[in-house]
Amino acid sequence: MTTQQTAIEVEGLSKRFGEVQAVDGLAFAVRQGELLGFLGPNGAGKTTTINMLTGLARPDGGRICLGGIDCSANPKAAQHLIGVVPDESNLYPELTGFANLCFCAALYGMRRTERESRAWELLDKFGLAQAGGRKFGGYSRGMKRKLTIAAGIIHRPAVLFLDEPTTGIDVASARDIRQLLADLHRGGTTIFLTTHYIEEAERLCERIAFIVQGRIVRTATMDELIRPLQDRHGLLLAVGNGGADLVGDLAQSFPAYHVATAGQAQIRVEAREPVPVAPLVRFFEERAVAVLEARQVRPSLEEVFVEVTGLAAEAMRKEKEKAGGGGGGAA
Amino acid sequence: MKQWIAFWSILAKDTRSYYLKPPNISWGLIFPLAWTGMFFIRSGAGLDSVTALLPGVVAVSILFGTTSVLAVTVTFEKKGRSFERLLLAPISLELLMLAKTSGAILFGIANAAVPVMIASFLADLSDVRWSVAVPAVALIAIASTFLGLFIAVSVSEVFEAQTFSNFFRFPMIFLCGLFFPIAQLPVFIRPLSYLLPVTYGADLLHGAFGGTMALPLPLDFALLALFCLALFALSLRNVKRRWIT
Repeated sequence: MTTQQTAIEVEGLSKRFGEVQAVDGLAFAVRQGELLGFLGPNGAGKTTTINMLTGLARPDGGRICLGGIDCSANPKAAQHLIGVVPDESNLYPELTGFANLCFCAALYGMRRTERESRAWELLDKFGLAQAGGRKFGGYSRGMKRKLTIAAGIIHRPAVLFLDEPTTGIDVASARDIRQLLADLHRGGTTIFLTTHYIEEAERLCERIAFIVQGRIVRTATMDELIRPLQDRHGLLLAVGNGGADLVGDLAQSFPAYHVATAGQAQIRVEAREPVPVAPLVRFFEERAVAVLEARQVRPSLEEVFVEVTGLAAEAMRKEKEKAGGGGGGAA
Repeated sequence: MKQWIAFWSILAKDTRSYYLKPPNISWGLIFPLAWTGMFFIRSGAGLDSVTALLPGVVAVSILFGTTSVLAVTVTFEKKGRSFERLLLAPISLELLMLAKTSGAILFGIANAAVPVMIASFLADLSDVRWSVAVPAVALIAIASTFLGLFIAVSVSEVFEAQTFSNFFRFPMIFLCGLFFPIAQLPVFIRPLSYLLPVTYGADLLHGAFGGTMALPLPLDFALLALFCLALFALSLRNVKRRWIT
């Protein structure tokens, strides 16, 4: 049911490419002003879904409503309401940053004085005022992403679609972009965000939809996703040489704990009760392995992701970064 | 009104970014002038033949100018995904494609003006029927541009666009009656000539520059306009089918 409070409403959305069912009967709704994260591995159907929602791809079936406008028959009907930031910067390399923003504003019918003042406002907000007169082709990757986001919001859209906004950029730029997105969200913009950075989704999104093989396998608020994990207690140990090889022994010595490696030279210990540090440190000292650091960790969305999708979050991130050529990470 | 702001911005950006760049000048002007110069020298008829050669050089200038630039720029923008930005704008697809092609049409008309200006210093053009020549040039520019658009939206790579363009352009030069009258072509080839839009444009230009016409003037105009509409409609269909998948 479409209401004035619903910014995006999708029912039975499907898309097939040859033998591959890219999107299979998606149904979800996004409230006005909400920030929904669309989380899934590569090839899950995230970009295809965004393309269909924004009019760049034709659905095979289903219904799309944006801002109360049914776009199923005419994908252009609601394009004035939406802004799109694609997964790759697609502005014009031969134009300056300022000219790119002015051009994008003109595409939405903004008059010259309005688009020029808005362009400078956004260049300033995104920390690009100094680079506004330089050609876009000469920008760094992070600057390109920022300008692409600025271009997506130049016309003050009610709904913003962001496809992997921090993939392949440096940590500082990624942090800036997350801050800008949080500001936009606070300002009332509805945001539909696809990302493979689980920490990013956890930090920014109010609600997460997990998509695997074209289907939404779970949609829940952050609170709903994390609450079941609240009674779990975790401890992350950074251990010296050979420490990670002792995971099996550790699990045998402490059968009440769930023990697993967590990256290079790190071991994660989980239990229903708070995990005391001293017995664990003693265990390693007795085996001549130093414990370099021990810290409490709270349950994270990553665990939910692994549980829901059956995929290793780390493997997904590495695969995406390899494809994207960099790694913004969720610093 | 908002859609027209978008229209003019696309036209202005394309003009600055593409149409006034050196590669376009070489393809659009130098090549046709060299081509005509070859015919001029080979005919040995001196400056008297300038008016007779003018329809050919004007038509070829338009054809090469428009198809070269459009086949490259649209394909280039599609490949670089900046064309998606245009497809996402709240502007009808018809107006968007007209905006993308208007610059090429104007570029084609400007290309046609260059040989005419040069000829005005070498020959007497007082007998030229400008009332026919000007609309004929405009229609040839539109038809050639839409042919370029049709090519651009039918391929994925820039090099494919160039190759595909030549597949159309070079046979056209020989088959459309610009340099060789269609009546002198082998009988089995003649039907092919009448499938080419430039044939009707060439006939109009021959009439405008004092030559004889093979077809009635209104028929030439009508058929050329029909080609324009058909090529534009086909291009739109291809954009919807291939680019909004």
